[in-house]
Amino acid sequence: MIPAQFDYAAPETLEDAIRVLSEGGPEAKLLAGGHSLLPLMKLRLATPSLLVDLRKVPGLHGVHRDNGTWRIGALTPHAELEHTAELGLVARAAGTIADPQVRNRGTIGGSLAHGDPASDLPAVMLVTEASVTLRGPDGQRTVAATELFRDYMETAVGTAEVLTEVRLGAMDAWGFGYQKFNRRSEDWAMVAVSALVKQTGDVCEDVRIGLTNMGSVPLRAHAVEEALRGQAISAESIAQAAEHADEGTDPPADLNASSEYKRHLARVLCRRALAEAAGLK
Amino acid sequence: MSTTVAVRLNVNGAVHELEVEPRLLLVHALRDHLGLTGTHVGCDTSNCGACTIHLDGKAVKSCTVLAVQADGVPITTIEGLAPEGGLHPVQEAFWNDHALQCGFCTPGMIMAATALLTENPNPTEQEVRHGLEGNLCRCTGYHNIVKAVLDAANVKSASLEQHPEVTA
Repeated sequence: MIPAQFDYAAPETLEDAIRVLSEGGPEAKLLAGGHSLLPLMKLRLATPSLLVDLRKVPGLHGVHRDNGTWRIGALTPHAELEHTAELGLVARAAGTIADPQVRNRGTIGGSLAHGDPASDLPAVMLVTEASVTLRGPDGQRTVAATELFRDYMETAVGTAEVLTEVRLGAMDAWGFGYQKFNRRSEDWAMVAVSALVKQTGDVCEDVRIGLTNMGSVPLRAHAVEEALRGQAISAESIAQAAEHADEGTDPPADLNASSEYKRHLARVLCRRALAEAAGLK
Repeated sequence: MSTTVAVRLNVNGAVHELEVEPRLLLVHALRDHLGLTGTHVGCDTSNCGACTIHLDGKAVKSCTVLAVQADGVPITTIEGLAPEGGLHPVQEAFWNDHALQCGFCTPGMIMAATALLTENPNPTEQEVRHGLEGNLCRCTGYHNIVKAVLDAANVKSASLEQHPEVTA
């Protein structure tokens, strides 16, 4: 399969990239690792007029820590996240993305800007309360993950903006779990659940739950969080809280799973992710 | 109408200067422009891994990379894995262990396996299975492929002790 024709530019600075993207109009697209965009182009579901390749732009790559904050360059591939164990939940989830070859090319910035609710990292960004830096012709702005995902494959990133960096707090005091269900190991999630748990003794001081592919955008399972916060952690309290995982969701049926099956998966995976995060297994 | 772009493809140590359409996929550049047909096109949807090559030492699926994205980046294909006339330890192990039937997935399997062993020279069986998740084989059931990768790891660690110049 061969993509439709397009023009191509590989600018050497971020300023040039923004200018070329801006001049290219609404049909111009940024190219990072290309592992979401190129498959769509080969199927001719996407036919951009211009690709602006970021590969020569310096400073968009790498994982850095400033005191309590992680700064991740947009072009950092999933494999690098996977192998940075200190990233906790981010590393755990990144290691489940597709397969090793895809993780070597796909990038965090590309995945977040693509906004596919079945992708692993968007819900992880919600529970880590991450934010992204967007640079455009009018300057720089910061957008919280809660504001980033607008609808199915629709994000707050403007047509002439470049997502340059992801920032998230170090979650050193939190246990984490990530549970995902799919038909083949390299598939997208039918449903996945991210869990972060902060414990004092056996008491759940705080908890955050993220849902992948349970709607057109990634979601927080607030009902689970409310049910567990302040409670003693046990297999029973986790199982009871996890029963709320699908509350308020309306997951669309797709080729792999009915809506009801996704709701079932959310409850089961939530229980397992919480147990993993709380160190119960 | 798109114009062509000049690219320098550094494949198996030889530099090739090409004028290509930006939409040319790397796998087609390798096969159709450079005649390196050892890299196969299987599913063409980044699932099967038959097109796996090394880009800057990392295993990638060349059906999902544009040739222009590989400009100047060192590329290794199955043809460049071992010196002319020789076999890489992983190729040798695939031969010895009968790790193929039709052979269509084999170049991609071997490229994925060699990258895996570079990162993790002594993998467990589970790590080999996990590391080959991006490659599909429709004949073998994977058993002999996994065995070959484990055998190659043993041979390589043994030969590395005696001949440190032998690397992945």
